[in-house]
Amino acid sequence: MHNFNYHRAADVADASGKLTSLEDPKILAGGMTLLPTLKNRLAAPSDLIDLAAIADLKGVSVEGDEVVVRAMTPHAVVAASAEVQKALPALAQLAGNIGDPAVRHRGTIGGSVANSDPAADYPAGCVGLDATIVTNKRKIAADDFFLGLFETALEEGEVITSVRFKIPTRAHYMKFRHPASGYAVVGVMVAQYGSKARVAVTGAGPCVFRLSEMEAALEKSFAPSSIANIKVSAEQLMGDIHCSAEYRAHLITVYARRAVEAMV
Amino acid sequence: MGEFAIGQPVTRFEDPRLLRGGGRYVDDLAIPGMLFGQVLRSPHAHAKIKSIDISRAKAAPGVAAVLVNEDWATSGFGDLPRAEGKKKRDGSPMYRPHFPALAKDKVRYVGDPVAFVVAETVEQAQDAAELIDVDYEILPCVTSVALGSEPGAPLVWDDCENNICFVHLEGNKEKTEEAFAKADHIIKKRFVITRVTAATMETRGSIGHYDKAADRYTIYTTLQRALNFREELAETLNIPESRLRVVAGDIGGSFGMKSGVFNEVGLVLLGSKVTGRPVKWVCTRSESFIADAHGRDNVSDAEMALDKNGMFMGLRVRNLVNMGAYTQPGTDAGAFSNLGTLAGVYLTPAIHVDVTAVYTNTNIMRPFRGNGRPEAAFVIERLVDLAADELGIDPAEIRRRNMIPPEKMPFQTGLSFNLDCGEFEQVLDQSLEMVDYKGFEARRAEARKRGKLRGIGMSYTIEKAAAPGYEGAEVRFDRTGSVTVLTGAVTQGQGHETVFKQIVSDTLGIHPDEIHYLQGDTDQVFFGEGTGGSRTAALGGSAVTVATGKVVDKAKKIAAHMMGVDEVDFAEGVFTARETNRTLSMKEVARAAMSPKNIPQGMELGLNATAAYHTTKQNYPNGCHIVELEIDEDTGQVEMDRYVVVDDVGTVLNPLLLKGQIIGGISQGVGQMLMEHIRFDPQDGQNLTGSFMDYAMPHAEIFPHIDIKSHSVPTKTNILGVKGAGEAGCVGALPAVANALVDALSHLGVKHVEMPATPERVWRIMQEAKAGRA
Amino acid sequence: MDIEVKMTVNGKAVSGKVEARTLLVQFIREHLRMTGTHVGCDTTQCGCCVVHVDGVAMKSCTMLAVQAEGKAITTIEGLAGPDGELHPMQQAFRDHHGLQCGFCTPGMVMMGVDIANRLPGADEKTVRHQLEGNICRCTGYQGIVEAIMDASAVMNAARS
Repeated sequence: MHNFNYHRAADVADASGKLTSLEDPKILAGGMTLLPTLKNRLAAPSDLIDLAAIADLKGVSVEGDEVVVRAMTPHAVVAASAEVQKALPALAQLAGNIGDPAVRHRGTIGGSVANSDPAADYPAGCVGLDATIVTNKRKIAADDFFLGLFETALEEGEVITSVRFKIPTRAHYMKFRHPASGYAVVGVMVAQYGSKARVAVTGAGPCVFRLSEMEAALEKSFAPSSIANIKVSAEQLMGDIHCSAEYRAHLITVYARRAVEAMV
Repeated sequence: MGEFAIGQPVTRFEDPRLLRGGGRYVDDLAIPGMLFGQVLRSPHAHAKIKSIDISRAKAAPGVAAVLVNEDWATSGFGDLPRAEGKKKRDGSPMYRPHFPALAKDKVRYVGDPVAFVVAETVEQAQDAAELIDVDYEILPCVTSVALGSEPGAPLVWDDCENNICFVHLEGNKEKTEEAFAKADHIIKKRFVITRVTAATMETRGSIGHYDKAADRYTIYTTLQRALNFREELAETLNIPESRLRVVAGDIGGSFGMKSGVFNEVGLVLLGSKVTGRPVKWVCTRSESFIADAHGRDNVSDAEMALDKNGMFMGLRVRNLVNMGAYTQPGTDAGAFSNLGTLAGVYLTPAIHVDVTAVYTNTNIMRPFRGNGRPEAAFVIERLVDLAADELGIDPAEIRRRNMIPPEKMPFQTGLSFNLDCGEFEQVLDQSLEMVDYKGFEARRAEARKRGKLRGIGMSYTIEKAAAPGYEGAEVRFDRTGSVTVLTGAVTQGQGHETVFKQIVSDTLGIHPDEIHYLQGDTDQVFFGEGTGGSRTAALGGSAVTVATGKVVDKAKKIAAHMMGVDEVDFAEGVFTARETNRTLSMKEVARAAMSPKNIPQGMELGLNATAAYHTTKQNYPNGCHIVELEIDEDTGQVEMDRYVVVDDVGTVLNPLLLKGQIIGGISQGVGQMLMEHIRFDPQDGQNLTGSFMDYAMPHAEIFPHIDIKSHSVPTKTNILGVKGAGEAGCVGALPAVANALVDALSHLGVKHVEMPATPERVWRIMQEAKAGRA
Repeated sequence: MDIEVKMTVNGKAVSGKVEARTLLVQFIREHLRMTGTHVGCDTTQCGCCVVHVDGVAMKSCTMLAVQAEGKAITTIEGLAGPDGELHPMQQAFRDHHGLQCGFCTPGMVMMGVDIANRLPGADEKTVRHQLEGNICRCTGYQGIVEAIMDASAVMNAARS
């Protein structure tokens, strides 16, 4: 690892200020992606700004028709929260299957979302559950937030403070783990909001995406058979030595169907 | 001694220390003044080194030395150990390339060491290594063993024709040809045994320490055979062995991989000599994939001849074996030393094997858990299943029909192995009962309703262990009668300390708490070979037994002398005078033996004893594995549901540890069959599986509970009657899992599943089979 | 530019000067010279480095020493009882032959305690799934899984 300067941000404004004023800074949240990247010398930021000391950024709550997860809340806390389990079990289940137990104790929603890692689980949760990403500057609909491979709508000096998930009628998340890394090869969040449906896929493409054909089919009839034969094009998908794009495309249909099966 | 006796499930004596964080692995060692090394490795599979500029690195903060090939060449150190003894097809000697610790002129695989930076901290060494400028001219490369020997393939060594390292022929060619001429059925198949890596949880590491005043070298390192290591390394350093001390602490797994004298061993010693300070190098995990020796990687074209009743008449196998870019003693052994496993437990009269070892632009190879045994077992046991399928005979029945019956023992098999004992049919029957073979079809039908394709597969494998070899043991009594036991063996997790203490405790009647076990330090251990090839229980155990036998013989004489009688009896640590009721304990005799007044005239003081045990006969552990698994029809994912093993490893010294060895071996075999695979880009030779992000390791979740029973048929080839257990689990697992996979898919017309059977591969096989049937 | 860090390790207050890039595992191993916590990979996957931070399992190779400021760390060296008796999890690993080479063991034991704390009475399938962040190359996991289930029962009984 190259060395860097370390800053413990006192509050979000402090973090945001440092983010704009320092040379090549990075926010340090849980560090579950950032630190391995630095250890393997794949990045060399000048400064790390640690958000861990900001008390306001921790905790989960249910507010009206939303589940609010503050940015520095570890996955394990979301998974174990009785409130989340009751209001939005699909989110608790998603959080409880990220990485492994030790990673879940440290990894945070803010870090996961801000990174737009193609194989991360939370992006599927955000888009599938019609979430709003709240920053120190504005609110961004999840649909508009994830722009591409490791690319988000975040602007300079912008710090995620919370993610607000809209509570669905019902929802379910299923993922196929990578045989080596354990990351999502395909992760599908299927959610029903009254007569509307959302199907969000992570792992398979360069960035989380929705499947409008499946959504339309589920809006006609929310049943596994509605989508079991909808084939997904492999064209825009990623492939690696373990799972080709074609295989991922196939898995999306299987896992979307299974997610619906788990609900009906 | 009762609860610690041979055969008891004694919990390990090494455990409390390891469980408290008291292990002493090489990276745990810190020597005052120690510097740290970083290896700069080739990023190319094959390239000319046009120039190396180390000036910026040398000037970097904290840097004490930057070494390149020229420094090695002028140091007085020679080649790292090189393999020898084999021949090419025309009878000329095998190709033995030079093997300096840093590449000269050319690099030959991704990871080939080019320079070595020594600095005050690891980070400084890493920073400086990034400042070395190497100008490479990239050359065409070849990584695949099948392509490597084809005419026109890029040459790894310019003067090594067709990249052929050596050729090995074994068996009776003429008889085999005759058998095939008369056969009713011939089963043919090409098997690809993939390249995998040991991925020991502790990576390799070394600390080199040159003591200038004494002109003596010490290497603290990860290894399997300290004394052999010293012999080979002393030759490389061009010094008498007596000026070299080799020390191994706890070894965090090896499975064959750490048995070599790797480049970095030479580099830390040269670094220490140049800087005058100790130098530590510890491999990172990601580095290990391009720096460690790999295992397996061969292609077998196999044919089996059968008569109309399904009796095996002959076996013909041509192997291409990947050697990587360089060879060391032992790196080549996987190609030829365990071919006998191909004969299986069968009567097959005629077998011939033709092996070609091929250089490629890949990491060097070393034995990996089985060292040719799993490869051979896979070939024969897959062929048997293919034959059963072709002839319409149940896989258990075709094996039973061809098995060597106990009354034919000793039995000379069709290929090399001369079996002394074994009750194969009984072992098979017990396994079939354990797995409920008869009930399988009902389970298959039930699984089908859940969208799962269930399959059952078996293997019956045999291997040689404790290949003709030797081991040393020493029993030292302290003045107060406590004991230090030393052997030449080096545990990497097998539990040698426990088993040797059991033997000493059992034979001398000394409590294990009063026994200290010492290994892995060439300044302490007087004689021995080391651990590898499933030998230590048989050879080390026998050596300890011989040494304690000498102690008892001498102690009896002293006890008789002390009690003034002619004869004494010895049992449970107590000497009893036959004529009187007087007794003396082993400890009392040991204390007394230190004083001239207590011992017969002319006898040496003390009760110390050494033994150098050797055997010319290997033993043949064998066993039956049966696996049931289910394939998810939608995704190709495989889930194992049942796994039973009945093994015959002769006398069982400690059933708890035996079970650990078998299950551990199975996990590595299953790993290779289902997920592990070192892959190279065929064009540029890059290792595509360079970290745990891409090299799939088996986790707890993939295994079912594994049921194990022992059917012990003691061997007479060593004192204890034991057969080696270290590799047996791995040997049986590969073909058993493969056979179960094929069985699960057989209704689709599938005849073979290549390793690793990843979900996508299995899914594609199902897609293709269904398309073919449609 | 060195940074002063203070934390509690196995109940003892410790401090030291570290670089910003110093990992918690380096601080424990190299500064405190407690070498029971191991490093088995560089991609946060093997779990050899698991310690408890404020009572929960974390990978000390993926945490900076400065991030542990003010935290209470427990390492494998701090698990045994005050008289040195093995923790039930350590004892169970021994009883079930849940270790061979011992290298993954400290992380496995610390993760085992964490699993037992979070999921008392977890069944075999759950325990196997909970070990997704810990790799063992020697044992095939069976002894480890049995040990965690067994110790979990003992710890549960001691709590009630």
